[in-house]
Amino acid sequence: MLSLHLSALQVVIPLLAAPLCAIIRIPGVTWLIALAVGIASSINSIAILLHINRFGEIVYSLGGWAAPFGIEYRIDSANALILLIISFIYLLGIIYAPASIKTEVPEKSQGWLYTAWILCFTGLSGITISGDVFNVFVFLEVSSLSTYILISFGQDKRCLTAAFRYLVMGTIAATFYLVGIGFLYSLTGTLNMADLAQRLPDLISQNTVAVAFGFVIVGLAIKMALFPFHAWLPNAYAYAPNAVTAFLAGTATKAAVYVFIRLTFEVFPEDYFSGFTSSHHIILAVGIFSAVITSAIAIFQDDLKRLFAWSSIGQIGYIAVGVGLASTAGVAASFLHLFNHSIMKTAIFMAIGGLFFVTGSTTTAALKNAGRRMPWTMAAILIGGLSLIGVPFTTGFISKWYLVSASLEQNFWWLAGLILLGSLVTAAYVWKIVEIAYFRKDPNVKVVRQEAPLSLLIPTWILVVANIYFGVDARFSGSMATQAANTILGVSP
Amino acid sequence: MGIDIPPFVIFFAGALLALMVRRTLLSLICILVPLVSAAFLIFSNSPEARIETSVIGLQLILFNPDKLSLVFGYVFHIAAFLGGIFAWRIRDPVHQAASLAYAGSALGAVFCGDLITLFMFWELMAFTSAFLIWCGGTRNSIDAGIRYLIIQIISGFLLLAGAVMHYQQTGSLEFTHIGLSSTAATLIFIAFGIKCVFPLLHNWLTDAYPEATPAGTVFLSAFTTKVAVYALARGFAGTESLIYIGMIMTCFPIFYAVIENDLRRVLTYSMINQIGFMVVGVGIGTELAINGAASHVFSHIIYKALLFMSMGAVLYRTGKINGSDLGGLYKSMPKTATFCIIGAASISAFPLFSGFVSKSMVISAALIEGYDMVWLALLFASAGVFHHSGIKIPFFAFFAHDSGIRVKEAPTSMLIAMGIAAALCIGIGIFPQYLYSLLPYETNYSAYDATHVLAQIQLLLFSALAFVWLKLSGIYPPELRSVNIDAEWVYRKGFTVAGRWLTIATQAVIASTYSILLGLIDRVYRMILNTTGLNSRVAREWTVDLAVAIVVLLFSIFIIFLVAA
Repeated sequence: MLSLHLSALQVVIPLLAAPLCAIIRIPGVTWLIALAVGIASSINSIAILLHINRFGEIVYSLGGWAAPFGIEYRIDSANALILLIISFIYLLGIIYAPASIKTEVPEKSQGWLYTAWILCFTGLSGITISGDVFNVFVFLEVSSLSTYILISFGQDKRCLTAAFRYLVMGTIAATFYLVGIGFLYSLTGTLNMADLAQRLPDLISQNTVAVAFGFVIVGLAIKMALFPFHAWLPNAYAYAPNAVTAFLAGTATKAAVYVFIRLTFEVFPEDYFSGFTSSHHIILAVGIFSAVITSAIAIFQDDLKRLFAWSSIGQIGYIAVGVGLASTAGVAASFLHLFNHSIMKTAIFMAIGGLFFVTGSTTTAALKNAGRRMPWTMAAILIGGLSLIGVPFTTGFISKWYLVSASLEQNFWWLAGLILLGSLVTAAYVWKIVEIAYFRKDPNVKVVRQEAPLSLLIPTWILVVANIYFGVDARFSGSMATQAANTILGVSP
Repeated sequence: MGIDIPPFVIFFAGALLALMVRRTLLSLICILVPLVSAAFLIFSNSPEARIETSVIGLQLILFNPDKLSLVFGYVFHIAAFLGGIFAWRIRDPVHQAASLAYAGSALGAVFCGDLITLFMFWELMAFTSAFLIWCGGTRNSIDAGIRYLIIQIISGFLLLAGAVMHYQQTGSLEFTHIGLSSTAATLIFIAFGIKCVFPLLHNWLTDAYPEATPAGTVFLSAFTTKVAVYALARGFAGTESLIYIGMIMTCFPIFYAVIENDLRRVLTYSMINQIGFMVVGVGIGTELAINGAASHVFSHIIYKALLFMSMGAVLYRTGKINGSDLGGLYKSMPKTATFCIIGAASISAFPLFSGFVSKSMVISAALIEGYDMVWLALLFASAGVFHHSGIKIPFFAFFAHDSGIRVKEAPTSMLIAMGIAAALCIGIGIFPQYLYSLLPYETNYSAYDATHVLAQIQLLLFSALAFVWLKLSGIYPPELRSVNIDAEWVYRKGFTVAGRWLTIATQAVIASTYSILLGLIDRVYRMILNTTGLNSRVAREWTVDLAVAIVVLLFSIFIIFLVAA
C-alpha cells in the first residue's frame, strides 16, 4: 500500500521538513532533519526505481483527484533516474555540509541555510516527478527562490549581486516558461502532460503552438544555463558556499534539462522538434559551439570554482548536442552524461571545498604544492578532471563514447571531430590545474601534509569511486539511460 | 589447467598494494608480482584463454594470448622481474607502483584482442610511464615527462580515432591484420609509428628516457616501444614501407649516437637503431622475418636492460653520466664493467651472445627476399652499433682516460639484476634453440653456420679497427662536455662528411618543423586568448542588461524561425 504513495512522499517529506527546520533553526538539529530527509528520499528514490523496473510507470493522483482536474505525478524510467541522481547528490551534499559551511556561514544563519536547502531539494524533486506542466512551474519557482537564498549565504559580499543576477534571469526564465504553458492552456484547455501530448498533434500547424514552444524552450534554456543564456551561472557557482555549489552543480541544471527533454520530445508532438520545425539543428549547433567555446573560456579562469562553473556550461552544451541529435542514441547519451556529469562535477566542487577548508582560498594560486600537501583532495580534482576530458576508466569516457557513437550514427563526422576538439580544450584547463598543483614546486617551502577533514573527504571520494566504477562498469547507467531515452521517444525497447 | 588470470590484473593489484606498503615489503612486491604472474601465465592459463566483456554494447576481448603475443608476454615478465630487482633500493611507493602498473599495462596491451582495449592500455602505459620520468626529480625530467606524455597521448588519440573509423567501416573491433589500405588504417599506423619511434617521430624517446630514474629507464626501455613493435607485427606485418622506415631507423641514429655525450642518451639512440631491425623484420613479413623480429625483441629487451642497468649503476654511484666526466671506472666497479661488456657484446651481435642469434635472422630474411640494398644498410648499421654501443659505452665509462672517480661497486641488488641479465644474454647466445621454440612460427633456422659467423666476425673486426684508427689518429669525436645536440656539430671536427651533412640536414628539418609548429601554436594560443581570455567579450561578466538583451534577441529570432517553419 505504501508503494502507491512513494511518489508523493518524495515531495511531501522535504516539504514538511522545511518549515520544521525554519521553526527550530538550531544548526545541529536542522542538519539532522536535512540528513533524515536525504536518507529517506534516497531510499525512496531507489524504491521508486525498483518499482518501475518491475511494474512500469507510476501514475499517482494527489489527493485522489483524477488527472484532468487534480495534480498528477507520473514517473517512468526517465525521471526515476533523475530523481535518483538528485536524491543521492543531496544526501552526500548534506553529509558534506557541516564541516564545510562551518568556516563560511555564521552559526545563526545555518538553520536558515538548511531550510532553504531542503526547500530547494523539494522543488527539484517536484520538477522531476510532476506530470503536469503548471506544477513544474510551481516547483521551478520553489527551487529557484530557495537557490537565490542559498547563494546569498556565501561569505564573499559579491554573492549578493550574484544572487540578484540569478534572480533576474531566473524570473525571466520562469516567466517565459509560464507564458509558454499559458498559450498551451488557452489552446488545449489542459495542463496535464499526457493530455497535452494527446491534443497537440491536431494543432501542430498553429502559430500559437510555435510561439508557446519558443517561450518554453527559451525559458528552460535559461534555467539549464545553455550558452548564451548562461550569464547567471558563473557568479552563482563562484560565490555560493562551497557545499551549496557542489549540490547545485550536480542537480539544479539537471532538473531543467530533464524537463526540456520531456517537453520537446514527449509533450510536443513526436516530430515537432526534429521534423516539423527542425529546431533541433539549432540546439545541436548551440550545444557544440558552447561546449567548445566555454571550455576555452575555462582555460583562462583564475578561480577554480569559476573555472569549473564555465566547464559546467560546456558540459550542458554536450548534453544539448545529444538532445539536438534527436535520436534515441543521442537522448540516451544526454541522459547518461547527465548522470555522469552530476557525479564528476559534484566530486570536483566538493574537493575544491576541501581545498578551501585548508588554504582558505579557491584561486588557482592556492593549488601550489597542493599535490603533496593534500594528495587525496587533489587526486579527487584530478580524477574529476580526467573524467571531464573523457579519459578511459572514468565515466566521462563512457559519455563521450555514447555521444560520438550517436553522432556517427547519423554520419556527422564533423560533429564527432568537434566533440573531440572539445575534449582537447578540456584537457588544456585540466592540465593547467595539474601543472600548478603537481609540478610547480617551491624548493624553499617545506610541504607539510595537511589534508581536508574526513567528513569532507569521504563524500568526495564516494563520488570519485562512483566515477571510476561507472566508468568501468557502465551496465547500470548505460541501460538506465537507454531505457529513459526509449521511454521518452516512445520506442519500444 | 587452472583458472585464467590475465597478467595485467596481477600487476595492477600489485601496484595498488605497492601504494600501501613501505620499505622491504614494497621492494619484495615488485619482485614477486612478475614471478606470480609468470607462474599463472605458464602453468595456470589455458592456451586458448579468452576473456571477453561487453561494455556499452561493444564486445571487448580483454585477454586472448596467442603465440606472437606470448613471446612478448614472457620477455616482459623477465624485464619486469629484472627491473624489480634492480629497483630494490628505491623506496618510493609512487615509483614502484608506477613501474608495476606500467608493466601491467604493457602486458594488457599485448594480450588484448580488440582495438578499444588496446587503446585503453596504450593510454594507461603513457600515464604510468610518465611517472617514472617525473620521478627523476629534476626540472628537466618534469618538462621532458610532460612533453613525453603529450606525444604519447596524441598517439593514443590517433589510435582511438582510427579504431572508431575502422569500426564504422568494418563493423569489427577485433585486432587482427589491418594493412595499410584506408584512412582508418593510416591513423592507426601513425599511432603505432609514434610509439615505435619512426624517424622524425622519435624525438620523445631520446628526449625523455635519459631523464628518468636509473631504474625507470630500465622499465621504459623494455615496454613502450616493444608494444608498438608487437602492434605493428599484428596489424601491419608485410607492409613494404615498414622495411624502408626500419632501414632508415637502423642507420640515422648511429651518427647521433657517436657524437652524443650523455651515455644513457647514446643508448636511446642505439635503441632506435635496434628497433629499426625489428621494424624491417615486421615489414618483410615472412615467417623467418617475423620470427627474427620477435626473437630480436626478446634478446634486445634483455641486453638493453642490462646496458641501461650498468649505466644506471654508474649514475647511481657517481652521479654522473656524461662520457666526458667518466672514465677509468673499471678499477672501482669491475663487476659492473664486466656486465656492461657482456651487454655490449650482445648488442653488437658477437657470436655466442644473444644479439647474434636474433639479429642474423632479420638480416638473412632481407637477403632471402631479395632486398639487397636493405641488407647492405643493415650490415652498415650492425657495424655502427658495435661502434657506438659495443665500444663507446664501456670504453668511455670504464676505461678511456682515468677521471679519478673512486666509488664503491654497485649495490648487491643491482649486481644480482645485472648478473641474471648477463647470464640470459649468454644463455640465449649459446642455446638459441630455447628461444626459437618460443617463436610464433616453427623454425629450423641455425645462426651458427660458417657464413653467418665468419661474416659477423669480419664485420666486427673491421668496425673495431675503424674505432681504433679513428681514435689514434685523433679524428674520433672527443667526449665533449656539451649537452645540446644542435651545438655539437659545430665543435666537432673531422667526422665523416656524410655523417656531418646527414646530421645537419636532419637537424635543419627538425628545427624548421619545430619552429613552424611553435609559431603556429603561438598564433593559435593568441587567437584563443583574444576570443575567450579573461578580458574577452564572452568571458567578461555580462551585465544583467546585456544578458537580458541577448535572451530577448535570440528569443525573437527563434520565434521567427519557428513560425516560419
